[in-house]
Amino acid sequence: MSARDDILRRVREALDGVSPAVEVPPAPRAPDRGDLVALFVERVEDYRAVVTRCTAAGLGGAVADALDGRSSVVPPGLDLEVVGSLVDDGLTAVELDAIDAVVTRAAVGIAETGTIVMDHQPDQGRRAISLVPDLHVCIVDAVQVVADVPDAIALLDPARPLTWISGPSATSDIELDRVEGVHGPRTLHVVLVG
Amino acid sequence: MSATFVGMPAFPTAARAALGDTQLRRNMAHATHTIREKRAAVVAEVEDWEDLRLAGAGVKEAALRDLATHLETLEASLTRAGATVHWARDAEEACAIVARITHAHGVDEVVKVKSMATAEIGLNEALEAEGIAAWETDLAELIVQLGDDLPSHILVPAIHRNRAEIREIFRRRMGDVGRAAPGGLTDDPTALAGAAREHLREKFLGAKVAVSGANFAVADSGTLVVVESEGNGRMCLTLPEVLISVVGIEKVVATWSDLDPMLRLLPRSSTGERMNPYTSTWSGVTPGDGPQEVHVVLLDNGRTRALADDVGRQALRCIRCSACLNVCPVYERTGGHAYGSVYPGPIGAILNPLLRGVEDEQTASLPYASSLCGACFEVCPVRIDIPSVLVDQRAAVVDSHRDDRVPKAEAVAMKAAAWAFSDSRRLAWAEKASGLGGRVLRRFGRTTLPGGRAAAGRLPGPGAGWTGARDLPAPPEESFRAWWDRTGGGQSEGGHS
Repeated sequence: MSARDDILRRVREALDGVSPAVEVPPAPRAPDRGDLVALFVERVEDYRAVVTRCTAAGLGGAVADALDGRSSVVPPGLDLEVVGSLVDDGLTAVELDAIDAVVTRAAVGIAETGTIVMDHQPDQGRRAISLVPDLHVCIVDAVQVVADVPDAIALLDPARPLTWISGPSATSDIELDRVEGVHGPRTLHVVLVG
Repeated sequence: MSATFVGMPAFPTAARAALGDTQLRRNMAHATHTIREKRAAVVAEVEDWEDLRLAGAGVKEAALRDLATHLETLEASLTRAGATVHWARDAEEACAIVARITHAHGVDEVVKVKSMATAEIGLNEALEAEGIAAWETDLAELIVQLGDDLPSHILVPAIHRNRAEIREIFRRRMGDVGRAAPGGLTDDPTALAGAAREHLREKFLGAKVAVSGANFAVADSGTLVVVESEGNGRMCLTLPEVLISVVGIEKVVATWSDLDPMLRLLPRSSTGERMNPYTSTWSGVTPGDGPQEVHVVLLDNGRTRALADDVGRQALRCIRCSACLNVCPVYERTGGHAYGSVYPGPIGAILNPLLRGVEDEQTASLPYASSLCGACFEVCPVRIDIPSVLVDQRAAVVDSHRDDRVPKAEAVAMKAAAWAFSDSRRLAWAEKASGLGGRVLRRFGRTTLPGGRAAAGRLPGPGAGWTGARDLPAPPEESFRAWWDRTGGGQSEGGHS
């Protein structure tokens, strides 16, 4: 008998006579918190990420300020001209490691948890480009901000690779004290439009 | 790594040694109290936390009760998404599959995301025997690996080490296996994290094969989920060409939307954060993005044994958050090594016997490593009633000795008690004997309990098993029944005879 069939047989035997019907209570929703965008900003900043707010017209300037002259890479579908930036065309990890920063869009912002979710569409690029450079400048539109995790789950397509980002890379592995900055980008700069 | 849990003594022996280590106790008290406070603060923020726990428990329980269906759905979804699915009955089969895939790519090293399943099956040691080096990339796992140490916590395997010890391990060992620690490294956690970043970056950039586990496996979409903090997980899941994920069959949830309560419960319960820094999800292969060869090894290794246990089945709901370790008064004092398993603490005290049975003495000692205070159940995000399972596993341990040729002292005592309690004359005789025993104890016992009652500290002979871990209160000189007879129910005189 194959390992597959053997394991499935053991599972069925283990559950022989056990009813599969289980009442799953619905997950409760967070109460209305009012201004979602303000909550989102507060919660993102709480992770010691940097947040800049700007208008659509001021986006280019806000991104340039965030980069402050650093070398950068952008995904091929970014709807913004970033002066001096390299457009990703399949750069290797070693090549990405020589670049200071990355500028991307995002798919969803979650106010309750201060989380940004990327679904790696062309305006966000491959997962590697927002991972290897040390500064991630992430543009989030105010209309992309939802209240809580269940709202984000409902909007996201599981067929796509997803990266949920809540602040810069961090660890609590030394005496359970939180320290920012390990392997992922050590600085997360969120530019919130609108 | 040559350190191993194999051959560890039973819990009482290991715990006695751990309790004598003052450095360990200081480190553990500091770390567990820090994380307890953080968890309490973010849990208090969620008004409907108890309802969220009910939802989380329901999602996992429903998945377990119909596990065969969900596993077949998961296999089909993963295959459709371009992943290759393997099945492993036990540790040996799982390790062999990982080694075979790695060899097929002609490499002699892999990078690893922290994973309880791969620690459970001893994957690193098995790969080493096959000539493959497995580099742990989680900071705490790196500390354990470089220190030739054993994990002592589910989430933070190096919780027993303080910053000064970590600095020494980095300075001494990093250079032997890659980029050395920078000169003048201090014990500042930021500097230590920086040293780990530099050390591991060259491994990430060059790795061809990565090995991970998964926190959740979504059946309907074929999605695997890894929840982490440092970005080492993203590195391993993104940069290598080949990704092998070893996933326990109990990690399955039915649908994509089932992730909602889980992703809200896990970070608040484990690291005490609203959300962990990084969560990665992937469904098979995405052309042009990330590993182009994706393998998933579905692992049994005792899980179907636990699934068959009507009381213990709920332990398979565990999402490895470690909240039960952090609040446990026993774990806080002994640390994790005394449990002799990669799963320490309250959850380990039930999971190990459920996965492996209670035939060996070490595993059989674990259900007793608890005061049954119930704090673990209170904090469990998926409502595993650990105290009830502990009691049930204690019964399993007793049952496993029913046919022993030499009965345990406890069994003899219970038989004697049953004989005495079944007849009033025998009971009266036993009470008299116990009163005499009490006088002897009061004479020789050195301990006094709160309230002034005398007690025996440590008895010799067959009583040592009981008094080795607790004080034995001296029996009263006169039983209630004797007092009633003598005084006519308190009518004549109430004092001692």
